[in-house]
Amino acid sequence: MSKSEKSQLIRILIAAAIFTAGILLKIEGVWKFIIFLSAYLIVGGDILWKAIKNIARGQIFDENFLMTVASIGAFFLTEYAEGVAVMLFYQVGELFQSSAVSKSRRSISDLMDIRPDYANIMRGDALVQVDPEEVQVGDIIIVKPGERIPLDGVVEEGYSALDTSALTGESVPREVGMGDSVISGCINQNGKLSIRVSREFDQSTVAKILEMVENSSDKKAKSENFITRFARYYTPTVVIAAAILALVPPLITGQPFDVWIVRALTFLVISCPCALVISVPLSFFGGIGGASKSGVLVKGSNYLEALAKTEIVVFDKTGTLTKGNFVVSEVHPVNMSSDELIKLAAYAEDYSSHPIASSIKKAYGKPVDSSQIKDIEEIAGHGVKAFIGGKEVLAGNAKLMKLKQISYEDAASAGTVVYIAVDGKYAGYIRIEDEIKPDSAQAISDLKAAGIKQTIMLTGDSDAVGRKVASALNLDEVYTELLPADKVEQMEKLMEQKSGKGMLAFVGDGINDAPVLARADIGIAMGGLGSDAAIEAADIVIMTDETSKISTAIQISKKTLRIVRQNIVFSLAVKAFVLILGATGYASMWAAIFADVGVSVIAILNAIRALNVKKFNKVS
Amino acid sequence: MKKTMKLQNLDCANCAAKIENAVSKLDGVDSVKVNFMWQKMTLETPDDQFDTILESVKKTAKKIEPDLVILT
Repeated sequence: MSKSEKSQLIRILIAAAIFTAGILLKIEGVWKFIIFLSAYLIVGGDILWKAIKNIARGQIFDENFLMTVASIGAFFLTEYAEGVAVMLFYQVGELFQSSAVSKSRRSISDLMDIRPDYANIMRGDALVQVDPEEVQVGDIIIVKPGERIPLDGVVEEGYSALDTSALTGESVPREVGMGDSVISGCINQNGKLSIRVSREFDQSTVAKILEMVENSSDKKAKSENFITRFARYYTPTVVIAAAILALVPPLITGQPFDVWIVRALTFLVISCPCALVISVPLSFFGGIGGASKSGVLVKGSNYLEALAKTEIVVFDKTGTLTKGNFVVSEVHPVNMSSDELIKLAAYAEDYSSHPIASSIKKAYGKPVDSSQIKDIEEIAGHGVKAFIGGKEVLAGNAKLMKLKQISYEDAASAGTVVYIAVDGKYAGYIRIEDEIKPDSAQAISDLKAAGIKQTIMLTGDSDAVGRKVASALNLDEVYTELLPADKVEQMEKLMEQKSGKGMLAFVGDGINDAPVLARADIGIAMGGLGSDAAIEAADIVIMTDETSKISTAIQISKKTLRIVRQNIVFSLAVKAFVLILGATGYASMWAAIFADVGVSVIAILNAIRALNVKKFNKVS
Repeated sequence: MKKTMKLQNLDCANCAAKIENAVSKLDGVDSVKVNFMWQKMTLETPDDQFDTILESVKKTAKKIEPDLVILT
């Protein structure tokens, strides 16, 4: 609690004590007035003073003014208790509101507590601590165990495990060693690392993430704008209604003025819109904060709001649904064991650095004894020929088999197939495919469970490969063999398929698909860590490369919107109800005080729930 | 130029909205965002007029929220 909040609390408590005493003691006459007046001035003195200053500045529809008029009015009608209560509860509401806001601001700052305080750098022989902003590209910084990596860079020396949870929500540490790039914000767990800085602090991952989170509340959601606009008209309308209520009915009917003035004052008490105005952005603030905690960065409240209305999710294939690296998916030997076939292929491809060759060598997993390989001959566009342990081995595509007139079985369906022949006889094939991410299938079914109508994949890959992935993942539609420009065109067509209010989200890895990311209603980039393109182009960045985070984000968005809607409907309904009761004389000033302070407390408590997103994070 | 400034004693969200609205109507202000949750103001003006415009921004803001301090 801040200093001003503390003094406010003390004043509230003292005033509340005097107020209670005044009610219990049942004193009448001038002493009653003095007791209540002193409680009033203790709790509401500053409001009175502000109101006077604001009138001098021409600000009349300001809540200080409204509360002052309502409470002084009550005093004039000798409703002293009500007069004090208006101020007392108004102040309780204000205090509650400011502590709730600072509490959620703090909890978001805490979970976004990734800003490094210092960097260790060698100056001469001594290791000194400097401000991360002073470090330049190319400098070597030292990060000791337990310290936060202050700047992005590449490990020059050392080996360690990094805790990336503050950035990604991922609890499994990441192992890094020499040559690996590391990003700022991670915590070095056990080994000392020397890191060559690759980006200045302003450009570092940490600085970008912080900037994004802090600016996210600048992009306001529709419901937020609605409530601000509403507030602009609400207060003056209620105040004018109050004035009419105080004057017109008594003049027409000849009834006494004070009955109608009390009714008008109840209006003034309800006219303050602040609680309503705070509960909506506070909910979005909480939702965005909770999402960041799960490793999903949302660039604005508007995107969080739009996400809940998503009908169609379009995926890029490579790097999004699949890992984007090639692995051996099938080994089909003829007259030999699988191990032997892989070994032959690995030996034959030993000198090649092609991704296909590397994936075969990786599948083999043992060192290659190059003394056994002789006379390697590359047959461009076909494959290789080599003598391995004295045998002539051919490894390559179907064209190679045809060229050498070897009869083989045609295995072309998906992925890349390497055929192998030994001493002129067909020995089998190895299929190499891009690997589907382990959580992709689950992610798609989660999306369907979350109410997404269509899941679609766009890919530049061949039709066979695309269809295989799409059917493995149970996607609704797939469009294959698309050039980058075709993807944008296809996206335009898909945009027409959604309903009026529905949204289309595109999920890509930010590489080569920036135009599509920008064209979609909501652009979601995967694997935001380390990819500038993704962070720049997207509206929502998923820090890890887990596809399942998309449904997490949608669920957070839906929960946030539910809370926002509850708050708007509940606050407006209670206020409207009490306004009607107040105008007809059924609601006392006490009811009005509840409609004002009680509603704001409930709405704020409800808004704070948005921060809690634990149940949406699956244990992986 | 565009500059983000910290705000002190910005106590109510509605005042933040009112300040944003009033400042956006000032001459020379290209864009303004008042961020209540982070207590920040981002002001964009033509380069050479920033300081003079900032003065009138301060005056306008003070009218709405007398205790407000814009830290530059």
